[in-house]
This record gives sequence, C-alpha cells and structure tokens, in this order.
Amino acid sequence: MILLYGLLAFMIIGAIIAIETKDLLSSVISVGAMGLALSIIFLILGAPDLAIVQVVVEVVALIMLLRLVVEREDVTIAHRYRYGEVFSTAVGLVFFGIFIVFASLAYRGMPEFGNPVFRVSEMYIRDGFSVSRAANLVTAILLDFRAYDTLGEATVIFVSIVGALVILRKKGRISDERDDTDR
Amino acid sequence: MVPYILCTILLLLGIYGIIAKKNLVKIVIGLLIIEYATNLLLILIGYRTGGTAPIVSDARYAAVESANFVDPIPQALIVTSIVIGLGITAMVIAICLRLYEKYGTFDILQIRRLKG
Repeated sequence: MILLYGLLAFMIIGAIIAIETKDLLSSVISVGAMGLALSIIFLILGAPDLAIVQVVVEVVALIMLLRLVVEREDVTIAHRYRYGEVFSTAVGLVFFGIFIVFASLAYRGMPEFGNPVFRVSEMYIRDGFSVSRAANLVTAILLDFRAYDTLGEATVIFVSIVGALVILRKKGRISDERDDTDR
Repeated sequence: MVPYILCTILLLLGIYGIIAKKNLVKIVIGLLIIEYATNLLLILIGYRTGGTAPIVSDARYAAVESANFVDPIPQALIVTSIVIGLGITAMVIAICLRLYEKYGTFDILQIRRLKG
C-alpha cells in the first residue's frame, strides 16, 4: 500500500505543476504523467481492464492536447489583481470550505477503505461465471448484464465525434462570411 | 481513509484550476484532473484488502476464486466513464481550437465577443 500512497502523492504533485506552471507544453506533459500514474494505480487496485483503457485514452487525449498547444502563442497573462478577481477568489475559498465540510460528512458514512459493501455485486460475483461463461467478470457485466449501458456509451461517443466535426468544420463558415458561390 | 482524502485533494485542485485560471488550456486540464479524481475515488471504494482482479483463471475453482475478488461493478461503470471522458475532452479541445482561430488567444478575458 506504500506504492499506492506514493503514486497518489505523485498525482497530486503532477496536478499542482500542471495547474501552476507558466509553460503550456510542460503542463500538458505533466497531465500525461498523471494519467500514466493513474493507470498504474488501477493495476494495483485489481483493475487491469481499466489500466489498459486508461493508457489508450490518455495517449489519445495527450495527442489532442499537444495539437491544441504546440506552436500556439504562449500568452502569459498579466496578473492584475482587480476587484473582481479578489471577489472570485473569496467565493472560491468559501466554496472549498463548504465542499470540505460536506465531504467529511459523506466520508464518515462510507465503508472503510479496503472493506467494501458487496450488496449489489454479490449476485454478479456468485453467478456471473456460471451464467455468462465469461472468465472476466468486468466484461461479463459490460456485455451480458448491462449491455444497454455500453450501447449508450457508443451513442455518446458517436454524438461527441459528430459534435467535434461540426465545430471544426470550415466550409460553411467561409461561404457564410464571403458569398455562396464557392460552396 | 487516507486514500479518500488524497483523492479529494486531487478533486479540489481540479476545481481550483477551473475557477482561478484565466487560460483556456488550464481550464481543460482542470476538467481532466476532476475526471481522474472521480474515477479513482469510485475504484478506491470498490477495493478489498488483498483482493484480486475479478478474472476467473480456472473454471473448476471459480467459487473459491470469486471469494477474493474486488468489486466488479465500479470497474464496469468506470470503463464507460473513461471513454465518455475522452469524448468530452475531444469536444472541449475542438471548441478551444475554434476560439483560438477566431480570437488569436487563449485568454478568457480577451474573448469578449461571445454572443448568441
């Protein structure tokens, strides 16, 4: 478990660097390091499927973030502490306080770490193998017991890809701004 | 209890990035950090001390092996959540690219002409 704590501390340090550094490229790269540490944490916690998915998704997200950042003008925004910024920082601190109070109340009611409640998944663990004949219980739940969730996931992926394509589309905008002859 | 607290610190760092930063890339990064923290918290809740991955290696001893599994339901849901997070990230990055093309900056204070 010392490895788990070490990796969690690594992720927190990576998050601080990613948020606070001035250079956008190094902040994106530290987000990538955080994602890889998260996949190792998943591996420690007994979730190899999640570790694989996290590595793949992290690589794709990192490529998209690099496409966003590389060769862009790195505007380091001048910090002029105006009245509105002080006000928004104060509101953020108040929100953090309320969040911490409610989070501590919620954690008091949760099961202790390393000792989960198996009320729902008892049936899946007991009967999952004999009903679905799938050796991996996670894929048995994904594709046998809760296949509609996976269908919804595929729908969300499709919609987000279509949305990104519509946002990045150039042709309609150019013809709107100039004339309709080059459509 | 300590892993939950560390995970909450990570979540608060992501919220801080979204609230306090003026750069669009930093806001996207805060969103990613919140997503990591949420996924990690749900997996931490399902972990059993000394538990193994929910994979049956030998069909004859399935009942014996399954007595030591970690909780498979959070894992099955977080797989979906990670992939949906990738879709969200793709759309947010597309919006950022479009805004940079139009305004030439990532500073949200200079992107003023957002109407309609």
